[in-house]
Amino acid sequence: MADTVLFEFLHTEMVAELWAHDPDPGPGGQKMSLSVLESMGFRVGQALGERLPRETLAFREELDVLKFLCKDLWVAVFQKQMDSLRTNHQGTYVLQDNSFPLLLPMASGLQYLEEAPKFLAFTCGLLRGALCTLGIESVVTASVAALPVCKFQVLIPKS
Amino acid sequence: MSHPAHRRPEYHKINKDLFVLTYGALVAQLCKDYEKDEDVNQYLDKMGYGIGTRLVEDFLARSCVGRCHSYSEIMDIIAQVAFKMYLGITPSVTCNNSSRNEFSLILDKNPLVEFVEELPAGRSSLCYCNLLCGIIRGALEMVHLAADVTFLQDRLKGDSVTEIGITFLKKRDEKKYRRKK
Repeated sequence: MADTVLFEFLHTEMVAELWAHDPDPGPGGQKMSLSVLESMGFRVGQALGERLPRETLAFREELDVLKFLCKDLWVAVFQKQMDSLRTNHQGTYVLQDNSFPLLLPMASGLQYLEEAPKFLAFTCGLLRGALCTLGIESVVTASVAALPVCKFQVLIPKS
Repeated sequence: MSHPAHRRPEYHKINKDLFVLTYGALVAQLCKDYEKDEDVNQYLDKMGYGIGTRLVEDFLARSCVGRCHSYSEIMDIIAQVAFKMYLGITPSVTCNNSSRNEFSLILDKNPLVEFVEELPAGRSSLCYCNLLCGIIRGALEMVHLAADVTFLQDRLKGDSVTEIGITFLKKRDEKKYRRKK
């Protein structure tokens, strides 16, 4: 069966190559590369969202959707659950993964902290895409204080 | 719930889909960035090469294969162990020449194209799965085997099968293996 490592290797290669794409990655170029990765993640997240088990689509409220992402989606994609989910009940959610698999091979602690955002862009898009399929428009960003712990911030604007 | 989340069969499929879908998104992105099919093909091959050089370590760690004594043995391992392990398929192997250094892998099923019905318009020379060629080439190089790896036939281009041609370039050092006999 397609091993999870194939995705991890492909992801690492994509981050390396899409970066090398732009020979002069000034702040503008950097943003563009990150948004390319994010939009790829979005497409994949949308498609994955469509493949999730049907019964999960009847959510009572927004928080249920986020809990679902933290459990079912994360397990399906990364073989582990999100470690914590916090919210202010006003559309802001912080999802924390204490050992994010795409950061694990890199290092732990503060080394490569600058590189970390490149490795999170795709996954931010993945979350945004899955939310989109489940009917929720959002903005997803990620931050790393020390590898491999990372936080995904999901902002759902009130309509 | 009857069984824990991570054992649900749907998640296994989603996990498999993740790679295939990500690959599709990558090819789509490269088609946006490069007008010429040859450029996309080359880029996919290059990325595959990078992956192959690292994947081979993962493969050797998981499979514990012994030393190979011929190109045929290597081809069998690629087809029956590696492809099976990573993509869940077992291509058949044919040898194309009498000096026994040119081989083909015939892919009956190809998970990478599960969601692809046909090549995008105007992309008739696109080798959609060229990443695979690069991966094989990169992996072989890490075990000191130089090879040319290309698609000889492609179902997506209208051929009846998908065929990857592998030509080993350097003669292996026979002396190393005499001791084993």
